[in-house]
Amino acid sequence: MSEFASGTLTAKDIHLSFGSNHVLRGIDLHVEKGTTASVIGPSGSGKSTLLRVMNRLIEPERGDILLDGRSVLKDNPDELRRRIGMVFQQFNLFPHKTVAENVSLALRKLRGMPKDKAREEALAQLDLVGLKHKADVRPANLSGGQQQRVAIARALAMKPEVMFFDEATSALDPELVKGVLALMTDLAKGGMTMVVVTHEMGFSRNVSDSVTFMDAGVVVETGSPEQLFTEPRTDRLKGFLSDVL
Amino acid sequence: MDLQEILKQLGETFLDWKAMGEVIPKMFAVGLPNTLVLAVTSGIIGSFLGMLLALMGISRNPVARWIARVYTDVFRGLPAVLTILVIGLGFGPIIRHMTGSTSPYPMAIAALSLMSAAYIGEIFRSGIQSVDKGQLEATRALGFGYSASMRLVVVPQGIRRVLPALVNQFIALIKESSLVFVLGLLASEREVFQIGKDLASQSGNLSPYVAAGLFYLVMTIPLTHFVNWLDHRLRSGRPEKKEPDEAAAVVGKGAQA
Repeated sequence: MSEFASGTLTAKDIHLSFGSNHVLRGIDLHVEKGTTASVIGPSGSGKSTLLRVMNRLIEPERGDILLDGRSVLKDNPDELRRRIGMVFQQFNLFPHKTVAENVSLALRKLRGMPKDKAREEALAQLDLVGLKHKADVRPANLSGGQQQRVAIARALAMKPEVMFFDEATSALDPELVKGVLALMTDLAKGGMTMVVVTHEMGFSRNVSDSVTFMDAGVVVETGSPEQLFTEPRTDRLKGFLSDVL
Repeated sequence: MDLQEILKQLGETFLDWKAMGEVIPKMFAVGLPNTLVLAVTSGIIGSFLGMLLALMGISRNPVARWIARVYTDVFRGLPAVLTILVIGLGFGPIIRHMTGSTSPYPMAIAALSLMSAAYIGEIFRSGIQSVDKGQLEATRALGFGYSASMRLVVVPQGIRRVLPALVNQFIALIKESSLVFVLGLLASEREVFQIGKDLASQSGNLSPYVAAGLFYLVMTIPLTHFVNWLDHRLRSGRPEKKEPDEAAAVVGKGAQA
Protein backbone atom coordinates (compact mmCIF):
# COMPACT_ATOMS: atom_id res chain seq x y z
CA MET A 1 0.00 0.00 0.00
CA SER A 2 1.45 3.31 -1.04
CA GLU A 3 0.87 6.55 0.83
CA PHE A 4 1.66 8.45 -2.34
CA ALA A 5 0.19 8.74 -5.82
CA SER A 6 3.51 7.58 -7.23
CA GLY A 7 4.34 7.16 -10.88
CA THR A 8 6.82 5.20 -12.97
CA LEU A 9 9.64 7.20 -14.50
CA THR A 10 11.66 6.19 -17.52
CA ALA A 11 14.50 7.98 -19.27
CA LYS A 12 15.54 6.65 -22.66
CA ASP A 13 18.79 7.33 -24.46
CA ILE A 14 19.28 10.82 -22.99
CA HIS A 15 21.97 12.94 -24.63
CA LEU A 16 23.15 16.37 -23.60
CA SER A 17 26.18 18.52 -24.40
CA PHE A 18 27.40 21.77 -22.94
CA GLY A 19 29.34 23.15 -25.85
CA SER A 20 31.88 20.51 -26.83
CA ASN A 21 31.44 18.73 -23.50
CA HIS A 22 29.23 15.68 -24.05
CA VAL A 23 27.82 15.41 -20.50
CA LEU A 24 25.19 12.72 -20.98
CA ARG A 25 25.88 10.08 -23.61
CA GLY A 26 22.80 7.96 -23.99
CA ILE A 27 21.48 7.41 -20.48
CA ASP A 28 18.71 4.89 -19.78
CA LEU A 29 17.05 4.78 -16.39
CA HIS A 30 13.86 3.06 -15.34
CA VAL A 31 12.31 3.62 -11.92
CA GLU A 32 9.27 1.47 -11.24
CA LYS A 33 6.37 3.04 -9.36
CA GLY A 34 6.93 3.06 -5.61
CA THR A 35 10.61 2.13 -5.80
CA THR A 36 13.80 4.00 -5.05
CA ALA A 37 16.66 4.19 -7.53
CA SER A 38 19.96 5.54 -6.33
CA VAL A 39 22.46 6.97 -8.76
CA ILE A 40 26.08 6.84 -7.70
CA GLY A 41 29.32 7.78 -9.37
CA PRO A 42 32.26 10.15 -9.19
CA SER A 43 31.85 13.94 -9.25
CA GLY A 44 31.29 15.24 -12.74
CA SER A 45 29.85 11.97 -13.99
CA GLY A 46 26.59 13.70 -14.97
CA LYS A 47 24.35 12.44 -12.12
CA SER A 48 22.98 15.83 -11.08
CA THR A 49 22.61 16.92 -14.70
CA LEU A 50 20.59 13.76 -15.37
CA LEU A 51 18.10 14.75 -12.65
CA ARG A 52 17.76 18.23 -14.16
CA VAL A 53 17.14 16.78 -17.58
CA MET A 54 14.52 14.37 -16.28
CA ASN A 55 12.43 17.24 -14.86
CA ARG A 56 13.39 19.44 -17.83
CA LEU A 57 15.17 22.16 -15.90
CA ILE A 58 17.57 21.44 -18.76
CA GLU A 59 16.13 20.19 -22.04
CA PRO A 60 17.75 17.03 -23.41
CA GLU A 61 19.14 17.12 -26.92
CA ARG A 62 18.01 13.64 -27.71
CA GLY A 63 16.08 10.86 -26.00
CA ASP A 64 12.75 10.59 -24.27
CA ILE A 65 11.35 10.93 -20.76
CA LEU A 66 8.23 9.01 -19.81
CA LEU A 67 6.00 9.27 -16.81
CA ASP A 68 3.69 6.26 -16.42
CA GLY A 69 4.62 5.18 -19.93
CA ARG A 70 3.71 8.46 -21.63
CA SER A 71 6.30 10.83 -23.08
CA VAL A 72 6.37 14.17 -21.29
CA LEU A 73 8.68 16.04 -23.65
CA LYS A 74 5.78 17.71 -25.44
CA ASP A 75 4.08 18.76 -22.18
CA ASN A 76 4.47 22.17 -20.62
CA PRO A 77 7.70 21.76 -18.59
CA ASP A 78 6.27 23.84 -15.71
CA GLU A 79 3.44 21.34 -15.38
CA LEU A 80 5.82 18.40 -15.52
CA ARG A 81 7.87 19.89 -12.68
CA ARG A 82 4.75 20.16 -10.52
CA ARG A 83 4.57 16.35 -10.72
CA ILE A 84 8.22 15.83 -9.76
CA GLY A 85 9.51 17.10 -6.42
CA MET A 86 13.16 18.04 -6.18
CA VAL A 87 15.46 18.42 -3.18
CA PHE A 88 18.83 20.15 -3.60
CA GLN A 89 22.22 19.83 -1.99
CA GLN A 90 22.11 23.48 -0.84
CA PHE A 91 18.44 23.26 0.31
CA ASN A 92 17.57 26.44 -1.64
CA LEU A 93 14.87 27.54 0.78
CA PHE A 94 13.54 31.04 0.18
CA PRO A 95 15.31 33.14 2.84
CA HIS A 96 12.83 36.04 2.67
CA LYS A 97 9.89 33.81 3.55
CA THR A 98 9.01 31.92 6.71
CA VAL A 99 9.23 28.15 6.85
CA ALA A 100 5.44 27.82 6.45
CA GLU A 101 5.46 30.26 3.52
CA ASN A 102 8.22 28.27 1.85
CA VAL A 103 5.96 25.24 1.91
CA SER A 104 2.71 27.02 1.05
CA LEU A 105 3.96 29.28 -1.77
CA ALA A 106 3.42 26.78 -4.59
CA LEU A 107 0.12 25.60 -3.10
CA ARG A 108 -1.21 29.14 -3.16
CA LYS A 109 0.22 30.36 -6.43
CA LEU A 110 0.14 27.18 -8.50
CA ARG A 111 -2.71 25.19 -6.96
CA GLY A 112 -4.75 28.33 -6.24
CA MET A 113 -5.38 27.34 -2.63
CA PRO A 114 -6.71 30.08 -0.34
CA LYS A 115 -4.14 31.39 2.12
CA ASP A 116 -5.47 29.73 5.28
CA LYS A 117 -6.04 26.38 3.56
CA ALA A 118 -2.50 26.48 2.12
CA ARG A 119 -1.08 27.25 5.54
CA GLU A 120 -3.02 24.39 7.08
CA GLU A 121 -1.64 22.06 4.41
CA ALA A 122 1.87 23.45 4.93
CA LEU A 123 1.60 22.82 8.68
CA ALA A 124 0.50 19.25 8.01
CA GLN A 125 3.54 18.69 5.78
CA LEU A 126 5.84 20.29 8.34
CA ASP A 127 4.37 18.03 10.98
CA LEU A 128 5.38 15.02 8.87
CA VAL A 129 9.00 16.16 8.88
CA GLY A 130 8.83 17.08 12.58
CA LEU A 131 9.13 20.83 12.17
CA LYS A 132 5.64 22.19 12.69
CA HIS A 133 6.90 24.16 15.67
CA LYS A 134 9.30 26.06 13.39
CA ALA A 135 6.55 27.19 10.98
CA ASP A 136 6.96 30.90 11.63
CA VAL A 137 10.73 31.29 11.74
CA ARG A 138 12.96 32.12 8.78
CA PRO A 139 15.11 29.37 7.27
CA ALA A 140 18.32 31.12 8.43
CA ASN A 141 17.36 30.28 12.01
CA LEU A 142 17.30 26.54 11.32
CA SER A 143 20.12 24.00 11.26
CA GLY A 144 21.11 22.55 7.89
CA GLY A 145 19.31 19.33 8.66
CA GLN A 146 16.14 21.17 9.59
CA GLN A 147 16.38 23.29 6.43
CA GLN A 148 16.67 20.19 4.32
CA ARG A 149 13.63 18.64 6.02
CA VAL A 150 11.69 21.83 5.25
CA ALA A 151 12.85 21.58 1.63
CA ILE A 152 11.52 18.01 1.55
CA ALA A 153 8.20 19.17 3.03
CA ARG A 154 8.06 21.94 0.41
CA ALA A 155 8.47 19.41 -2.39
CA LEU A 156 6.02 16.93 -0.85
CA ALA A 157 3.33 19.60 -0.43
CA MET A 158 2.79 19.53 -4.19
CA LYS A 159 1.89 15.80 -3.92
CA PRO A 160 4.50 14.80 -6.48
CA GLU A 161 4.47 11.48 -8.28
CA VAL A 162 8.26 11.23 -8.16
CA MET A 163 10.87 12.76 -5.86
CA PHE A 164 14.42 13.69 -6.91
CA PHE A 165 17.17 14.07 -4.33
CA ASP A 166 20.34 15.75 -5.56
CA GLU A 167 23.05 14.91 -3.01
CA ALA A 168 20.59 15.98 -0.33
CA THR A 169 22.94 15.25 2.56
CA SER A 170 26.28 16.34 1.08
CA ALA A 171 26.16 19.86 2.53
CA LEU A 172 25.17 18.72 6.02
CA ASP A 173 27.35 18.37 9.09
CA PRO A 174 27.83 14.65 9.78
CA GLU A 175 25.61 14.63 12.87
CA LEU A 176 22.69 16.07 10.87
CA VAL A 177 22.84 13.57 8.02
CA LYS A 178 21.03 10.83 9.92
CA GLY A 179 17.77 12.74 10.40
CA VAL A 180 17.48 13.57 6.71
CA LEU A 181 18.35 10.02 5.64
CA ALA A 182 15.77 8.65 8.09
CA LEU A 183 13.13 10.88 6.50
CA MET A 184 14.14 9.76 3.02
CA THR A 185 13.98 6.14 4.17
CA ASP A 186 10.45 6.71 5.48
CA LEU A 187 9.41 8.13 2.13
CA ALA A 188 10.93 5.19 0.28
CA LYS A 189 9.20 2.70 2.58
CA GLY A 190 5.96 4.67 2.19
CA GLY A 191 5.98 3.91 -1.53
CA MET A 192 7.26 7.15 -3.03
CA THR A 193 9.00 6.80 -6.37
CA MET A 194 12.44 8.30 -5.78
CA VAL A 195 15.62 8.99 -7.72
CA VAL A 196 18.41 9.62 -5.25
CA VAL A 197 21.76 10.97 -6.42
CA THR A 198 23.96 10.28 -3.44
CA HIS A 199 27.37 9.71 -1.95
CA GLU A 200 25.76 7.88 0.98
CA MET A 201 26.65 4.30 0.08
CA GLY A 202 24.81 3.01 3.17
CA PHE A 203 21.54 4.50 1.95
CA SER A 204 22.17 3.32 -1.58
CA ARG A 205 22.84 -0.21 -0.42
CA ASN A 206 20.23 -0.61 2.30
CA VAL A 207 17.27 1.48 1.19
CA SER A 208 17.22 1.66 -2.58
CA ASP A 209 15.66 -1.00 -4.80
CA SER A 210 18.06 -0.42 -7.64
CA VAL A 211 21.45 1.20 -8.04
CA THR A 212 22.83 2.87 -11.15
CA PHE A 213 26.54 3.63 -11.42
CA MET A 214 27.38 6.48 -13.79
CA ASP A 215 30.78 7.59 -15.00
CA ALA A 216 31.68 10.14 -17.67
CA GLY A 217 28.12 10.53 -18.90
CA VAL A 218 27.24 6.87 -19.35
CA VAL A 219 25.56 4.24 -17.21
CA VAL A 220 28.33 1.77 -16.48
CA GLU A 221 26.35 -0.69 -14.38
CA THR A 222 22.83 -0.93 -13.09
CA GLY A 223 21.10 -3.54 -10.96
CA SER A 224 20.12 -4.50 -7.45
CA PRO A 225 22.18 -3.13 -4.53
CA GLU A 226 23.52 -6.61 -3.71
CA GLN A 227 24.63 -7.12 -7.26
CA LEU A 228 26.47 -3.81 -7.55
CA PHE A 229 27.97 -3.66 -4.10
CA THR A 230 28.97 -7.30 -3.71
CA GLU A 231 29.71 -8.35 -7.27
CA PRO A 232 30.70 -5.30 -9.31
CA ARG A 233 31.40 -6.46 -12.84
CA THR A 234 33.39 -3.56 -14.23
CA ASP A 235 36.78 -2.24 -13.19
CA ARG A 236 35.38 1.29 -13.11
CA LEU A 237 32.77 0.38 -10.46
CA LYS A 238 35.30 -1.72 -8.53
CA GLY A 239 37.66 1.24 -8.51
CA PHE A 240 34.93 3.66 -7.47
CA LEU A 241 33.73 1.43 -4.63
CA SER A 242 37.25 0.90 -3.33
CA ASP A 243 37.67 4.70 -3.31
CA VAL A 244 34.46 5.47 -1.41
CA LEU A 245 33.97 2.48 0.91
CA MET B 1 39.83 94.94 8.18
CA ASP B 2 40.34 93.32 11.52
CA LEU B 3 39.03 89.94 12.55
CA GLN B 4 35.96 91.35 14.23
CA GLU B 5 34.92 93.14 11.07
CA ILE B 6 35.44 90.03 8.97
CA LEU B 7 33.30 87.96 11.32
CA LYS B 8 30.63 90.64 11.33
CA GLN B 9 30.55 90.75 7.57
CA LEU B 10 30.39 86.98 7.27
CA GLY B 11 27.62 86.90 9.84
CA GLU B 12 25.61 89.45 7.88
CA THR B 13 26.19 87.61 4.64
CA PHE B 14 25.28 84.11 5.77
CA LEU B 15 23.26 84.48 8.95
CA ASP B 16 21.02 87.47 8.39
CA TRP B 17 18.09 86.44 10.58
CA LYS B 18 15.74 88.92 8.97
CA ALA B 19 16.36 87.53 5.50
CA MET B 20 16.04 84.01 6.84
CA GLY B 21 12.81 84.87 8.59
CA GLU B 22 11.37 85.96 5.26
CA VAL B 23 12.52 82.92 3.37
CA ILE B 24 11.52 80.14 5.76
CA PRO B 25 7.71 80.47 5.50
CA LYS B 26 8.02 80.43 1.70
CA MET B 27 10.17 77.33 1.91
CA PHE B 28 7.50 75.52 3.88
CA ALA B 29 4.57 76.79 1.82
CA VAL B 30 6.03 76.50 -1.69
CA GLY B 31 9.60 75.24 -1.90
CA LEU B 32 9.47 72.09 0.20
CA PRO B 33 6.25 70.69 -1.34
CA ASN B 34 7.60 71.36 -4.84
CA THR B 35 10.97 69.75 -4.14
CA LEU B 36 9.21 66.73 -2.67
CA VAL B 37 6.85 66.46 -5.65
CA LEU B 38 9.82 66.48 -8.03
CA ALA B 39 11.94 64.03 -6.04
CA VAL B 40 9.23 61.58 -5.01
CA THR B 41 7.51 61.41 -8.40
CA SER B 42 10.82 60.94 -10.24
CA GLY B 43 11.90 58.40 -7.63
CA ILE B 44 8.79 56.31 -8.18
CA ILE B 45 8.84 56.53 -11.98
CA GLY B 46 12.62 56.00 -12.00
CA SER B 47 12.24 52.87 -9.87
CA PHE B 48 9.68 51.36 -12.23
CA LEU B 49 11.77 52.18 -15.30
CA GLY B 50 14.88 51.00 -13.48
CA MET B 51 13.29 47.63 -12.72
CA LEU B 52 12.32 47.31 -16.38
CA LEU B 53 15.90 48.13 -17.42
CA ALA B 54 17.29 45.64 -14.90
CA LEU B 55 15.07 42.85 -16.19
CA MET B 56 15.96 43.73 -19.78
CA GLY B 57 19.63 43.79 -18.80
CA ILE B 58 19.54 40.19 -17.58
CA SER B 59 17.12 38.96 -20.22
CA ARG B 60 18.04 36.13 -22.57
CA ASN B 61 17.00 38.34 -25.47
CA PRO B 62 20.12 40.08 -26.83
CA VAL B 63 18.12 42.99 -28.28
CA ALA B 64 16.59 43.76 -24.88
CA ARG B 65 20.02 43.53 -23.25
CA TRP B 66 21.51 45.84 -25.87
CA ILE B 67 18.76 48.46 -25.47
CA ALA B 68 19.21 48.45 -21.69
CA ARG B 69 22.98 48.76 -22.06
CA VAL B 70 22.85 51.71 -24.48
CA TYR B 71 20.18 53.49 -22.45
CA THR B 72 22.17 53.12 -19.25
CA ASP B 73 25.43 54.27 -20.81
CA VAL B 74 23.81 57.37 -22.33
CA PHE B 75 21.84 58.57 -19.33
CA ARG B 76 24.56 57.81 -16.80
CA GLY B 77 27.11 59.54 -18.97
CA LEU B 78 25.37 62.90 -19.40
CA PRO B 79 25.48 65.77 -16.90
CA ALA B 80 22.14 66.13 -15.14
CA VAL B 81 21.82 69.80 -16.05
CA LEU B 82 22.27 69.05 -19.73
CA THR B 83 19.62 66.30 -19.73
CA ILE B 84 17.14 68.55 -17.92
CA LEU B 85 17.76 71.44 -20.30
CA VAL B 86 17.57 69.39 -23.46
CA ILE B 87 14.45 67.48 -22.45
CA GLY B 88 12.79 70.49 -20.83
CA LEU B 89 13.45 72.96 -23.64
CA GLY B 90 13.12 70.40 -26.40
CA PHE B 91 9.87 68.73 -25.41
CA GLY B 92 8.37 71.51 -23.27
CA PRO B 93 6.91 73.44 -26.25
CA ILE B 94 5.32 70.24 -27.61
CA ILE B 95 3.63 69.60 -24.27
CA ARG B 96 2.52 73.22 -24.12
CA HIS B 97 1.09 72.96 -27.60
CA MET B 98 -0.74 69.73 -26.83
CA THR B 99 -2.03 70.44 -23.33
CA GLY B 100 -1.80 74.19 -22.93
CA SER B 101 0.19 73.68 -19.74
CA THR B 102 3.26 75.86 -19.34
CA SER B 103 4.51 74.06 -16.27
CA PRO B 104 8.07 72.79 -16.68
CA TYR B 105 7.35 70.09 -14.10
CA PRO B 106 6.27 67.26 -16.40
CA MET B 107 9.45 67.55 -18.45
CA ALA B 108 11.62 68.08 -15.38
CA ILE B 109 10.12 64.95 -13.81
CA ALA B 110 10.61 63.09 -17.08
CA ALA B 111 14.28 64.10 -17.22
CA LEU B 112 14.95 63.25 -13.56
CA SER B 113 13.10 59.92 -13.93
CA LEU B 114 15.00 58.95 -17.08
CA MET B 115 18.33 59.77 -15.43
CA SER B 116 17.62 58.06 -12.14
CA ALA B 117 16.25 55.02 -14.01
CA ALA B 118 19.70 54.45 -15.48
CA TYR B 119 21.30 54.37 -12.03
CA ILE B 120 18.44 52.52 -10.34
CA GLY B 121 18.45 49.96 -13.16
CA GLU B 122 22.09 49.16 -12.46
CA ILE B 123 21.38 48.95 -8.73
CA PHE B 124 18.48 46.52 -9.25
CA ARG B 125 20.43 44.49 -11.79
CA SER B 126 23.36 43.97 -9.43
CA GLY B 127 20.91 43.01 -6.66
CA ILE B 128 19.04 40.51 -8.79
CA GLN B 129 22.26 39.01 -10.12
CA SER B 130 23.62 38.58 -6.61
CA VAL B 131 20.77 36.20 -5.71
CA ASP B 132 22.02 32.61 -5.68
CA LYS B 133 21.20 30.70 -8.87
CA GLY B 134 19.75 27.91 -6.74
CA GLN B 135 16.82 30.15 -5.83
CA LEU B 136 15.63 30.37 -9.42
CA GLU B 137 16.29 26.67 -9.93
CA ALA B 138 14.33 25.68 -6.80
CA THR B 139 11.40 27.88 -7.75
CA ARG B 140 11.32 26.49 -11.27
CA ALA B 141 11.60 22.95 -9.89
CA LEU B 142 8.37 23.57 -7.97
CA GLY B 143 6.65 24.28 -11.27
CA PHE B 144 6.78 28.07 -11.52
CA GLY B 145 7.54 29.68 -14.88
CA TYR B 146 10.47 32.05 -15.37
CA SER B 147 8.54 35.30 -14.82
CA ALA B 148 6.64 34.05 -11.77
CA SER B 149 9.92 32.76 -10.29
CA MET B 150 11.57 36.12 -10.81
CA ARG B 151 8.57 38.04 -9.43
CA LEU B 152 7.94 35.90 -6.36
CA VAL B 153 11.40 34.78 -5.32
CA VAL B 154 14.41 36.29 -7.11
CA VAL B 155 13.50 39.98 -7.51
CA PRO B 156 12.20 40.48 -3.94
CA GLN B 157 15.48 39.12 -2.57
CA GLY B 158 17.50 41.21 -5.00
CA ILE B 159 15.70 44.42 -4.06
CA ARG B 160 16.19 43.76 -0.37
CA ARG B 161 19.93 43.56 -0.82
CA VAL B 162 20.21 46.87 -2.63
CA LEU B 163 17.82 48.97 -0.53
CA PRO B 164 20.70 51.01 0.92
CA ALA B 165 22.00 51.86 -2.56
CA LEU B 166 18.47 52.70 -3.64
CA VAL B 167 17.99 55.15 -0.78
CA ASN B 168 21.29 56.80 -1.77
CA GLN B 169 19.82 57.28 -5.22
CA PHE B 170 16.76 58.96 -3.70
CA ILE B 171 19.07 61.31 -1.82
CA ALA B 172 20.75 62.18 -5.11
CA LEU B 173 17.33 62.87 -6.65
CA ILE B 174 16.40 65.30 -3.89
CA LYS B 175 19.56 67.23 -4.61
CA GLU B 176 19.31 67.05 -8.40
CA SER B 177 15.72 68.29 -8.33
CA SER B 178 17.26 71.72 -7.66
CA LEU B 179 18.46 71.81 -11.28
CA VAL B 180 14.91 72.31 -12.49
CA PHE B 181 15.55 76.06 -12.02
CA VAL B 182 17.28 76.09 -15.42
CA LEU B 183 13.88 75.67 -17.09
CA GLY B 184 12.49 78.88 -15.57
CA LEU B 185 9.87 78.66 -12.84
CA LEU B 186 6.77 80.70 -12.00
CA ALA B 187 6.48 81.93 -8.42
CA SER B 188 4.26 79.01 -7.43
CA GLU B 189 6.57 76.49 -9.12
CA ARG B 190 9.71 77.42 -7.22
CA GLU B 191 11.36 74.68 -5.23
CA VAL B 192 13.73 75.00 -2.29
CA PHE B 193 16.78 76.06 -4.28
CA GLN B 194 15.00 78.61 -6.51
CA ILE B 195 13.39 80.29 -3.51
CA GLY B 196 16.78 80.63 -1.88
CA LYS B 197 18.24 81.94 -5.13
CA ASP B 198 15.46 84.51 -5.70
CA LEU B 199 15.61 85.98 -2.25
CA ALA B 200 19.38 85.96 -2.26
CA SER B 201 19.47 88.06 -5.43
CA GLN B 202 16.76 90.41 -4.18
CA SER B 203 18.49 91.06 -0.88
CA GLY B 204 22.08 90.75 -2.03
CA ASN B 205 22.57 88.49 0.95
CA LEU B 206 23.45 84.79 0.97
CA SER B 207 21.38 83.81 4.02
CA PRO B 208 18.51 82.48 1.87
CA TYR B 209 20.97 80.02 0.34
CA VAL B 210 21.97 78.92 3.83
CA ALA B 211 18.30 78.40 4.62
CA ALA B 212 17.86 76.38 1.43
CA GLY B 213 20.89 74.31 2.36
CA LEU B 214 19.39 73.59 5.77
CA PHE B 215 16.17 72.44 4.15
CA TYR B 216 18.08 70.01 1.95
CA LEU B 217 19.99 68.69 4.93
CA VAL B 218 16.77 68.20 6.89
CA MET B 219 15.56 65.99 4.04
CA THR B 220 18.79 64.16 3.27
CA ILE B 221 20.48 63.58 6.63
CA PRO B 222 17.64 61.48 8.08
CA LEU B 223 17.68 59.44 4.86
CA THR B 224 21.45 58.96 5.18
CA HIS B 225 21.01 57.66 8.71
CA PHE B 226 18.10 55.53 7.58
CA VAL B 227 20.42 53.98 4.96
CA ASN B 228 23.04 53.19 7.59
CA TRP B 229 20.44 51.69 9.89
CA LEU B 230 18.95 49.68 7.04
CA ASP B 231 22.35 48.48 5.92
CA HIS B 232 23.22 47.35 9.43
CA ARG B 233 19.85 45.66 9.84
CA LEU B 234 20.15 43.83 6.53
CA ARG B 235 23.63 42.64 7.41
CA SER B 236 22.98 41.47 10.94
CA GLY B 237 19.29 40.60 10.71
CA ARG B 238 16.39 41.66 12.85
CA PRO B 239 17.36 42.23 16.47
CA GLU B 240 16.46 39.25 18.66
CA LYS B 241 13.44 39.81 20.80
CA LYS B 242 14.80 39.98 24.32
CA GLU B 243 13.03 37.54 26.57
CA PRO B 244 12.51 39.10 29.98
CA ASP B 245 15.09 37.64 32.27
CA GLU B 246 12.99 35.84 34.85
CA ALA B 247 15.78 35.38 37.36
CA ALA B 248 16.80 39.02 37.21
CA ALA B 249 13.19 40.08 37.65
CA VAL B 250 12.86 38.04 40.83
CA VAL B 251 16.07 39.44 42.23
CA GLY B 252 14.91 42.96 41.36
CA LYS B 253 11.62 42.54 43.16
CA GLY B 254 13.36 41.01 46.15
CA ALA B 255 15.79 43.90 46.28
CA GLN B 256 12.96 46.41 46.25
CA ALA B 257 10.91 44.67 48.94
